[in-house]
Amino acid sequence: MNFQPGKDTLKREFKTVGKRTPRPDGLDKVTGRARFGADMTAPGMLWGLILRSPHAHARIKKIDTSKAEAVNGVHAVITSADFGPCPDDVLDIRENVMARDKALYDGHAVAAVAATSRAAAKQALKLIKVDYEVLPHVTDVDEAMKPSAPIINKKLFTQGLDKTPTKPSNVAERFEFGHGDVDAGLKQADLVIERTFKTEATHQGYIEPHACLASMGTDGMGDLWCCTQGHFMVRQVCSALLGMDASALRVTASEIGGGFGGKTTVFIEPVALALSLKSNRPVKVVMSRSEVLRASGPTSSTSIDVKIGMNKDGTMTAGDATLRYQGGAFPGSAVPYGAMAAFACYDLKAVRAVGYDVIANRPKQAAYRAPGAPMAAYAVESVVDELCKELNLDPLDVRLKNASSDGSRASYGPNFDVIGLRATLEAAKAHPHYKAKLGPNQGRGVACGFWFNFGGETSVSLNVSADGTIGLSVGTPDIGGSRASIGNMAAEELGVPHDKIRCIIADTASLGYNDVTDGSRVTFASGLAAINAARDAIGKLCERAAGIWGIPVDAVTWEDGAARPSSPNAGKHEPLTLADIAAQAGATGGPISGHCEINAEGAGVSFATHLVDTEVDPETGYVKILRYTVFQDAGKAVHPAYVEGQYQGGAVQGIGWALNEEYIYGKDGRLQNAGFLDYRIPVASDLPMIDAVIVEVPNPGHPYGVRGVGETSIVPPLAAISNSVSGAAGVRMTQLPMSPPKVLEALGRI
Amino acid sequence: MQYHAPATVKDAVKLLASSKGSTQILAGGTDLLVRMRSGFSEPETIIDIKRISPMCKIARDGKGFSIGAAVSSSEMSENAALTKAWPGVVEAAALIGSTQIQGRATIAGNLCNASPAADSVPAMVAASAKALIRGPKGKRSVAVEKICKSPGKTILKKGELLEAILLPAKPARTGDAYLRFIPRTEMDIAVAGAGVCVTLDAKGVCTAARVCLGAVAPTVLLLPKAAKALIGSRIDDTALDALAAVCSAAARPIDDKRGTKEFRTHIAGVLARRAAIIARDRALGKS
Amino acid sequence: MFQIQVSTSINGDDTEFSCEADETLLDVLRDRLGMTGSKEGCGTGDCGACSVIVDGRLVCSCLMLGAEAQDREIETIEGMADGTELHPLQQKFLDHAALQCGVCTPGFLIAAKSLLERNDDPTEEEVRYWLAGNLCRCTGYDKIVRAVLDTAKDMRKPAKTKKPTAKKRVKA
Repeated sequence: MNFQPGKDTLKREFKTVGKRTPRPDGLDKVTGRARFGADMTAPGMLWGLILRSPHAHARIKKIDTSKAEAVNGVHAVITSADFGPCPDDVLDIRENVMARDKALYDGHAVAAVAATSRAAAKQALKLIKVDYEVLPHVTDVDEAMKPSAPIINKKLFTQGLDKTPTKPSNVAERFEFGHGDVDAGLKQADLVIERTFKTEATHQGYIEPHACLASMGTDGMGDLWCCTQGHFMVRQVCSALLGMDASALRVTASEIGGGFGGKTTVFIEPVALALSLKSNRPVKVVMSRSEVLRASGPTSSTSIDVKIGMNKDGTMTAGDATLRYQGGAFPGSAVPYGAMAAFACYDLKAVRAVGYDVIANRPKQAAYRAPGAPMAAYAVESVVDELCKELNLDPLDVRLKNASSDGSRASYGPNFDVIGLRATLEAAKAHPHYKAKLGPNQGRGVACGFWFNFGGETSVSLNVSADGTIGLSVGTPDIGGSRASIGNMAAEELGVPHDKIRCIIADTASLGYNDVTDGSRVTFASGLAAINAARDAIGKLCERAAGIWGIPVDAVTWEDGAARPSSPNAGKHEPLTLADIAAQAGATGGPISGHCEINAEGAGVSFATHLVDTEVDPETGYVKILRYTVFQDAGKAVHPAYVEGQYQGGAVQGIGWALNEEYIYGKDGRLQNAGFLDYRIPVASDLPMIDAVIVEVPNPGHPYGVRGVGETSIVPPLAAISNSVSGAAGVRMTQLPMSPPKVLEALGRI
Repeated sequence: MQYHAPATVKDAVKLLASSKGSTQILAGGTDLLVRMRSGFSEPETIIDIKRISPMCKIARDGKGFSIGAAVSSSEMSENAALTKAWPGVVEAAALIGSTQIQGRATIAGNLCNASPAADSVPAMVAASAKALIRGPKGKRSVAVEKICKSPGKTILKKGELLEAILLPAKPARTGDAYLRFIPRTEMDIAVAGAGVCVTLDAKGVCTAARVCLGAVAPTVLLLPKAAKALIGSRIDDTALDALAAVCSAAARPIDDKRGTKEFRTHIAGVLARRAAIIARDRALGKS
Repeated sequence: MFQIQVSTSINGDDTEFSCEADETLLDVLRDRLGMTGSKEGCGTGDCGACSVIVDGRLVCSCLMLGAEAQDREIETIEGMADGTELHPLQQKFLDHAALQCGVCTPGFLIAAKSLLERNDDPTEEEVRYWLAGNLCRCTGYDKIVRAVLDTAKDMRKPAKTKKPTAKKRVKA
């Protein structure tokens, strides 16, 4: 019964899918009842706090915890010594959650305490004596690549070169993607523009700080409650770090107050478990906002060169890019994704993107919504815009001329299936926004963006209750309304009203493994699994009906929520609804449920085009967003209100990134703006309404045509806004954020 | 830590004079609680002045307004007479933080916190406000511009507290305004700020002016030279250009996470110019 | 350290608690009274997730001491619905999909309630500025602003003459 890509019909009339239904977790969230990471308590619970390095780079010579241990109410103090050996693939995570020999960035955890009150824990933290030997540090990506830079990890030798170097450096790996003769392509061009861009690191800025409640027993069993994008990942990593059986640790995902990629790894969870193990008491750890900014995972800061050739008619002849991303103190920045995504919007004969993964004395980067792609698109789309201006060409026409389309070869290798880039460009061109008049000091920016979208390992259970209602268990934390979307797909398939299904996020003991909620995969993959699980249940329901009727099962079909004889030959039988069959489940063979375990493929890539108008105050450099319209391919919008929400949210995070958000490091390598006061995410009064236009080019890899929608929306804004501001200011901007001082500087006013 | 909520100014002064160790006055608490949380301030005693009813009131008499030290910025905005007389001061107070912050934050606290970037201070200075100080030895009133010595430090002595901010009755044909620059539209600390108060004669010629800049020096800068650029003019473009030039020249800011020296220097002039136009139009009764 | 005894009213219910002198109202609500609907996003008054109404005025409960609550009237998200009847703002937030992750939602609802109590016909700009102290990272604010405007429109309809009370709250 499982969906077969390409064989199922995509064109169908939907009853529930596409409707703006209420969400199952809605009432809890508007009444304050929803339980997030920090909202859980346990009997005998202790409070855990973490001591963090005030140095960007320092050798830890000695840690004396004796005075902290003596504080009344303190039940456990831990350091890296409390974490034993672990498998190689989690070594970096172990070192990131608790520094061993060296503190590698300002905010790096060095010790932790658990006490009966927060006050006692705070007092104990102050009494931990750490003897540091401060080392030279580097936080800038270009500086970190210089041969003279302080070496952060003496065992790091650049991978991906023809010959692995013998000297260590801060460059972890080189990547290259592309095809064709780039140099020849550039030579053919009527105009070649080459520019260098820099972007600062930004943080996902979820409003809920990391929080967890750990309970480890002396019997080796553990329970962990936490806000995460993937509780199965948390179980795997934490059990490996604690040296326990994976199944002995049950992880329950709380409601999650935003993640955007930042909650796809662990920070405090292993610490809380270790504290609980040592104290034999439940321990709650909640990060402060300052800890979130200093010590969770922001995105990379980058430095990018882009060179593109274009003919007078707008044909792009070749594209070439070199991308340098620092990913914090450990290898693993998103530079490969950036390099792969850089030119994905264009059908190019010759293209090359080279990426360097660089380490620096900053917190280990984590995924942030389409990780790596926004910065790459910023650089490429800025140069495309400048070429259009220089050659006096319409930026949408040029993009339409060069756009990747069905079957064209992607800049990163494969050939595209059915894609919607052209449809978003055409929608933008036809929209009144594109024709609206602009005033003085105003500019309009256009940019496109691409994201891969992922499928991945997914497990779903669908349980039919005796009254015919459905319990649907999924294993992908719901970060923005996915329970509604997944429930609606199951309702569609079963032919029952959406409110007869209750979709929940089950814990790690209740389902097979599920990959993290990331890669815009949940509505696609958990949705696909829910559809398959529904089909599995329908098969069983039809069997029961066949048994009741005494006819062969292949003479039964499922339609509109009921089993029916498939033809008059099967005999005259009144349809048996789901509820009818469920009521007789006990007598006909026992409980009825459907399951699906898959490694979902066919996610279907996604494209977007953004239009934005800005106004620049030439005296202050302040940029005002006047109007913003998103055009994005959703394949099929399962819940249009939440699809729009993803478009709007991504655009606004992009606005923040483009205009004001940045990690500001002092000369001492310490983060200077570790709070929402000076890490400036957009507030309501900074913004206009964000118009969201849903384009639907069905994904052949999903029975309803669904594509992921969560990430693509943050890819175009950096470039779209930069192009708009460059137009309004009359000068090309090449650095993010375009904060007022930078704009005034570009204008030559200061 | 001890918490006290005295009911009279007298009791507050007594507590303050007798308390040992670090003692903090709690008015709106919007700075103090942030400092306590981050560990910058660990007071042994807190004296909450919000139970002292005269300190929670805005009083008006022939001499002007007395704004109690516990009066929140929102309460100032809701006072029609005060808003009519000193719109610049009220608007400056209404720029502090969010709606939530404004429901608690006080201009007395804003002053005593002694941040060079305090929004209400340049506006108060431009409006010739005085601070009424109460201590063991009685009352004294001091010009607002004299209160802060350096970032975080005031002239208040042991046992003294700020009881009220006194604003004079507004002279005829007088207007005030305060503008600040922040990267977003709300929620930021001023990168630079400018308070301007001007008095015009019947012909619209400026006869008196006070110009005060914030966030461009360790304390706010009251600039007589900037006032001179306006006095005797109709506050036309020439005078405004001169004002902007004087203000930028007088600024001696630092580079930090909120702005560069060059940016702050430039913006100080722009803000003073724009604030002066609003103050002039208010004095002319245009707005 | 000795604790301070506080008598107050929360959502119309007489409530007593004891707390340390330096404990915030938010900590008291969450950790002592089990009212975890108010959230801590920053602890410094920059995000508004902990918004409550005290004597009719919108404040951040992270910037108020628990001890200050003595004899005050406090409204939290837990008391926003009137029994089984959701407050119109709560319903509109659901109808407009004005929440994604939902962690900022209690703060937005309380802040928006405080706005509509003062101004039953706010402009879009007034809504945006009133709510500027409430951070949302998921929605881009669009649907939140629409939900508030739509609530105001609906609430004005049936009783134009009804004067909203800024201070006193009817006990649920």
